[in-house]
Amino acid sequence: MSSTTTSTSTPPTPPSGSTDAATGGPRRWYQRPRLVVGLLLAAGLYLVLARLGTRRLRFRGGDVLGDPDLAFDPAYAWSLVPDALNALTVTAFSAVTGFAFAAVLGLVLALGRRARSRLLSWPFAAFIEFVRSTPLLVQLFFLFFALPELGVTLSPMQTIVLGLGVHYATYCSEAYRAGINSVPKGQWEAATALSLSPAVTWMRVVLPQAIPNVLPALGNFLVAGFKDAPLGSAIQVTGVLFFANTTAGRDFRPVEPYLIIGLCFLLVSIPAAWLVRRLERRIGYERV
Amino acid sequence: MDDFLLTPGQYERLFAGFLMTVRILGASFALGIVLSLLVGVARLSQRPWVRGAALVFVEFARGISSIILLFVMAYAIPILFGVEQRNLLVLGSIALGINMGGYGAEIIRGAILAVPRGQTEASIALNLSETQRLRHVILPQALRVILPPMGNLTIEILKGTALVSLIGLGDLLAIANQMRQRVDTVVLFLNVLIAYFVLSQLINGLFRLAESRVDRRFESRAAGPDQADTLKAVT
Repeated sequence: MSSTTTSTSTPPTPPSGSTDAATGGPRRWYQRPRLVVGLLLAAGLYLVLARLGTRRLRFRGGDVLGDPDLAFDPAYAWSLVPDALNALTVTAFSAVTGFAFAAVLGLVLALGRRARSRLLSWPFAAFIEFVRSTPLLVQLFFLFFALPELGVTLSPMQTIVLGLGVHYATYCSEAYRAGINSVPKGQWEAATALSLSPAVTWMRVVLPQAIPNVLPALGNFLVAGFKDAPLGSAIQVTGVLFFANTTAGRDFRPVEPYLIIGLCFLLVSIPAAWLVRRLERRIGYERV
Repeated sequence: MDDFLLTPGQYERLFAGFLMTVRILGASFALGIVLSLLVGVARLSQRPWVRGAALVFVEFARGISSIILLFVMAYAIPILFGVEQRNLLVLGSIALGINMGGYGAEIIRGAILAVPRGQTEASIALNLSETQRLRHVILPQALRVILPPMGNLTIEILKGTALVSLIGLGDLLAIANQMRQRVDTVVLFLNVLIAYFVLSQLINGLFRLAESRVDRRFESRAAGPDQADTLKAVT
């Protein structure tokens, strides 16, 4: 790999990660194939999800009618699967978008909370504590029913994304805070000694070292946010729970829809949690 | 200031819902603690099938969303197993308790593993039975590690109790939702949010109190300078 013009001006502290053995210069993030491929894959998946997840779903249901007694009927349950998967994309879209929002806002909250002036850090701390210790459902109701009185009207999807985003941003901010605290003090002192500006210190020294440590925690919050996303049904987001409620109301058969969406969740969130645990282990090794 | 208050009659109604929330919280907390103790210990059992069953429970309880579990419990289980659906309070508490049990079991497993191995070896050398070892040696020491995350988990469960309003129980949020048409919604929901906030700070305080009591017990026992490393760092 040829050294680019940008890498000749070596930053004082090389960003965490591998250095190219051939040239000896530190590699930038976009020169690391694994990272770039991963990011591209994630972006592609998100685009697919955005296309699938923003449809307005109706849930007409299948043509199979269950037998009159209410015991579990496999044929009827199978006929519900396509609708359930459609609804799952909506839930997943709201969860992923909300979480992306949370990851960004969380960093802002974490930085705000670390601010030197009490006048700035106190409101941030109070906001984080308040949002963290009140139920997401009540916050959603507040956003959906109370904000219009203040002149802001949000669609159901916007409400769930905003609600999930703000709620999980407070969790993420705690994770970021722990990550920033885990950067050794010497790094700060070195940055001061090199008379780096605060912006450069944050962007090139502290955050590149803090954020990899935070990734597993963020992954956990993504899984947790996915599990909270069905709450949108309370404000008419056409996700999995909305699907189950409408189907159960239409066919008077509550058993199958609820069991199916329960299964959907297990099938998504257990592998996701497993992936996060693998990430945790890998990052744990890298740190040693 | 007066604008942010409701009328006494409305507060009375909200308080009835608040009591319901506390009842559900109490029931699910009790079930959750029992489940997490049982499953947490079972995850460290020597018998593989006990370990496996506990792992399945934990993965199930953590993998399924608590709200979906609540709906399955409230609508599917009564029909499948012929349970009466009338007692929604019990069904809802079971769902939240299972959810708490899954997370709590992992907390307790981690805390038991954090107790130094020498404690187990010493109690084997003293010929304590397995239950005696757990009851008198391991768990009291694990309690210090258990309490802080358990407090957070209890607050999570408190937040989870708001979900029971969706299956038709008259908790604080459900009552507020009924009153929505006739009251200023901003004020109403701010009051509800503050009620939840106060309750969770109360739980937080109770757990802090329990922590300080447990810590004090440890500090009075470990007195010698050679045991200084078992002392909590002086804050």
